[in-house]
Amino acid sequence: MRRIPPIGAPRTTGPLVTGPLVTGTVVCAALALTLSACGGDGGGGSDGAASTASLTGRGPITFVTGKDRSGYLQKQLDGWNADHPKESVRVIELPDEPNDQRQQMIQNATTKSDAYTVLNLDVVWTAEFAANRWLTQIPKDKVDLSKMLPATVTTGQYRGNLYAVPSTSDAGMLYYRKDLLAKAGISAPPKTYAEMWSDCDKVQKLPEGKGVDCFFTEVNKTESITISAVEAIGSAGGSIVGADGKPTLNTPQAEQGLEFLVGAKKDGRMPKEAVTLDTEGGRRYFQSGKLLFQRQWPYQYALADKSDGSSKVAGKFAVAQLPGPNGPGVANLGGHNLAISAFAKNKATALDFIRYLTGEQSQRANLLATSQAPTLASLYDDPEMTKKFPYLPVLKQAITNAKPRPVAVKYGDVTAAIQGEVYDAVTGKKSVDQALTDLQGKLGPLTAQ
Amino acid sequence: MTTTYDGTPPAADTAAAGAARPGGRDVQGTKRLAALLLSPTLLVLALVIGYPVLAGFRESLYARGEGLDANGFVVQGERFAGLDNYTAIFHGDRGDAFWNAFGNTTFFTVTTVVLETVIGVGMALIMQQAFRGRGLVRASILVPWAIPTAISGLLWRWIFQADGAANAVLRHQILWTADGFQAKIAVVIAEVWKTSPFIGLLVLAGLQMIPREVHEAARVDGAGPLQRFRRITLPLVRPALLVAVLFRMLDVLRMFDLPAVLIGVNQKSVETLTMIAWFEASNLRYGSAAAYATILFLYIALIAYLFVKLLGADIIGEARQHSKRTRRNRPVKGRRKKVTA
Repeated sequence: MRRIPPIGAPRTTGPLVTGPLVTGTVVCAALALTLSACGGDGGGGSDGAASTASLTGRGPITFVTGKDRSGYLQKQLDGWNADHPKESVRVIELPDEPNDQRQQMIQNATTKSDAYTVLNLDVVWTAEFAANRWLTQIPKDKVDLSKMLPATVTTGQYRGNLYAVPSTSDAGMLYYRKDLLAKAGISAPPKTYAEMWSDCDKVQKLPEGKGVDCFFTEVNKTESITISAVEAIGSAGGSIVGADGKPTLNTPQAEQGLEFLVGAKKDGRMPKEAVTLDTEGGRRYFQSGKLLFQRQWPYQYALADKSDGSSKVAGKFAVAQLPGPNGPGVANLGGHNLAISAFAKNKATALDFIRYLTGEQSQRANLLATSQAPTLASLYDDPEMTKKFPYLPVLKQAITNAKPRPVAVKYGDVTAAIQGEVYDAVTGKKSVDQALTDLQGKLGPLTAQ
Repeated sequence: MTTTYDGTPPAADTAAAGAARPGGRDVQGTKRLAALLLSPTLLVLALVIGYPVLAGFRESLYARGEGLDANGFVVQGERFAGLDNYTAIFHGDRGDAFWNAFGNTTFFTVTTVVLETVIGVGMALIMQQAFRGRGLVRASILVPWAIPTAISGLLWRWIFQADGAANAVLRHQILWTADGFQAKIAVVIAEVWKTSPFIGLLVLAGLQMIPREVHEAARVDGAGPLQRFRRITLPLVRPALLVAVLFRMLDVLRMFDLPAVLIGVNQKSVETLTMIAWFEASNLRYGSAAAYATILFLYIALIAYLFVKLLGADIIGEARQHSKRTRRNRPVKGRRKKVTA
């Protein structure tokens, strides 16, 4: 019998963990039995049968992912390959740009090539890939989703079915200069926009606050402005596309949300060059000490805290939940999910490999090595982890309350429409009402099911 | 002056042509042999140029991936859409986007090619002068052309970012990379910087073909430097210059990488026709993307045709004249051969 990795559970098991571990092992054993019954050689399983039967075949597979900048991925794979010499995993690195990765995966899918087995998908691609039948549906009882943050699991689903298993997550947080707030006599980070603006006014009156801009969230015309809009509108209690899949921009909440972005730019709360700053530009701006509050991804934490002189704000900042109009705001979900290509061979191996990569051991090691946010809830409360990554409790809360971006098969068109209209509103080319009306009109046909 | 100079080569050409055709092989046989010898080339051309053009055109008449079925899956298969993909381009929001991109493409073509021509000719004149350090100047002028476009796009993005070199030099904050007219200017500057050396290089080659004696004669006749440039250099370098300009025009009409890297995709102010086609393709509307590409293809063909017709940029002209001359000369040669035999 082949060795199958345990689902999630660490070796140091308490009585609490035993339950899922046992069920997991049973599931694994049952799966392995089915597989050996199917016969070892590839190509045995034909489609058309039940979705569980399609996850058959064992042998070498590939793992297709964007450029691995940490250099740690290969170590993870080596760990797997040492235990599974006959089911080795080879990594195929795609370009750094998410859009290029998507292109190559789509090309592979449209030619029905079996070159790609396990795909590392951005959370917003699930709907498009699933709807085009490029992914193999993963039975929900085959992976242990119960320990993952529910918001991340949602991103791997399309129409209630699971197509991808969340491996890493991401959510926006409010970075703030605790040194400047303390100087101004403010003890806690702001929870509402009004508090944030008044904190700004206080800090800007200080001699240290001269030339410090108040707030920044990305408003350059890329995917980032879509994220800012989803967060602003979500914080006001609205949404861009509702639960029924129809656009919901004709609501007062949507208007309040967009007003916030437009107002922050117009009233000079944001730096003048805000529309030209991308994620890295925003990071440089914060690290140069010219920014009091910033909405940013977790990756900035370690970089801004470096004491090698690259950051002027090392040790001077902290993170909090994003503020909202009447209380804590809503962050947007990022991250990646692992899926199995519909045209791949050796899908049983692929599923095991996904379980290995999303299991607790791998996620823990990955978090330590790359500081990518995990999807397992337990890691966020782990004292060892929180000691190394002090922002984890804040991030956990952000991910728990986070809202996904619109789920749409034509996501590329949807986000382009959002980018265009929101950008026009932020730069003052259109009134907020006009932009929302136009966007509502554009999204209608794009999200029609 | 041009005519007197142009008059010299044919004599050499005919001599060469005569030498290349030994023996009394008849015209029909030669033609057949020529066709046979050329057929592999033609086959390869048909495969790598003809087939993609036709396949692209066919694709533009089809639509697929429209709508979802009851389970949320995209309906498979393609549907013959006739000219729907073409008519859709000119309607509503997409019509606005098309004309915007059409305007941008044309604007970039006109501005960059004019500037490049002026600067390129200037560069060529400098590169041709004999002076100390000429090699260094030549090499440094060519550097921008040697840098891959995507890299120069990145370089210029650094220069044009809000706290970048351009604003530091101007002592004025302009948000170059934000969507707007200034983004167009940024693209034009980067494009001119990148490709002026190309025109410079081709014009330099043209300049070096001009015999020194012509210039000396003009100088003896008392022509000033400006007069010599207008009356001698320009007319003589014209064939090379026109070819360079034509190449540049065809290139700019297809511009994609520079604005995409420097400013970004989906930016109204710098969106070109290729960028729309790319956007359509990346959102899986291959039929529509092919329709945009076909329209761009026709636009480029039209511009090239007009350019050749109006300005007489003769890329294949030399060959045509050459064959005309040989045809005219052939009977004479035949008779002469008969006489000698």
